[in-house]
Amino acid sequence: MIAALRAGEDRAFEELMRMYNASLLRVALIYVPSRAVAEDVVQETWIGVLNGIDRFEGRSSLKTWIFRILTNIAKTRGQREGRTVPFSALERPDAVPEAAVDADRFLPADHERWPGHWASRPEPWPEDRLLAAETRAVVEEAIDRLPPAQRAVISLRDIEGWSSDETRNALGVSETNQRVLLHRARSKVRQALEDYFSEA
Amino acid sequence: MSASVEQLSCQELVELVTSYFEGALPADERAGFEHHIEGCTGCHEYVRQMRTTIELTGRLTTADVSPDAEATLLTVFRNWKAPR
Repeated sequence: MIAALRAGEDRAFEELMRMYNASLLRVALIYVPSRAVAEDVVQETWIGVLNGIDRFEGRSSLKTWIFRILTNIAKTRGQREGRTVPFSALERPDAVPEAAVDADRFLPADHERWPGHWASRPEPWPEDRLLAAETRAVVEEAIDRLPPAQRAVISLRDIEGWSSDETRNALGVSETNQRVLLHRARSKVRQALEDYFSEA
Repeated sequence: MSASVEQLSCQELVELVTSYFEGALPADERAGFEHHIEGCTGCHEYVRQMRTTIELTGRLTTADVSPDAEATLLTVFRNWKAPR
């Protein structure tokens, strides 16, 4: 792939773009305020990749390297756009606590027999509706509503199927923070599905 | 097994699900987690729903960058390789 790129083969570049464009866009959106700016950042990233490919030594994977270029460009651009970048979202996601499930679903901590146990238990979901187009839309919308850092992590991990190490390296976050972001993202998508299935 | 693990409440368990899936729980907490979901219908179902959520998310495909942007990028690429 790298050799083909250096040789200037269109197909290699196209393939690389198809593979990473969507993920690059999601990661860029952590740092910049709009999709238009994020698309700019992605474009600048590819230019950076092309300009640097001859110097790429393969110490990291090509993927990690590309995402590092993106992150640098996106951070700079985000600052220029006057966005106070939510670094805290990546570096200190625990600063703002978030429960996976609303506290009112559980019995109070001072309950005499079952403190912290389910007050209203999750009910099984209708198997025959899991693969319906509407259910898919519920998942998509829930992911779109997530804060950018959570959206980026769940996209890389659960849609793109990246490992936790790959995701961590691409975003430059610690293993723990990656896990916190993933946990919050998945918990919210689960909640959206539960809300949807309990409506009808 | 420590007392705190033995008394893992449902409210605490739901916060450990991702760490459990990621294999990031220490052995005693992992054992406490598994012991809890064996005996608790609500948490058993909750963990199942989290697995289903991951599966359903995995069926999505990421929206691509607009075709416009792709064409622009290919032009950028051709200009880049031209002088090489």
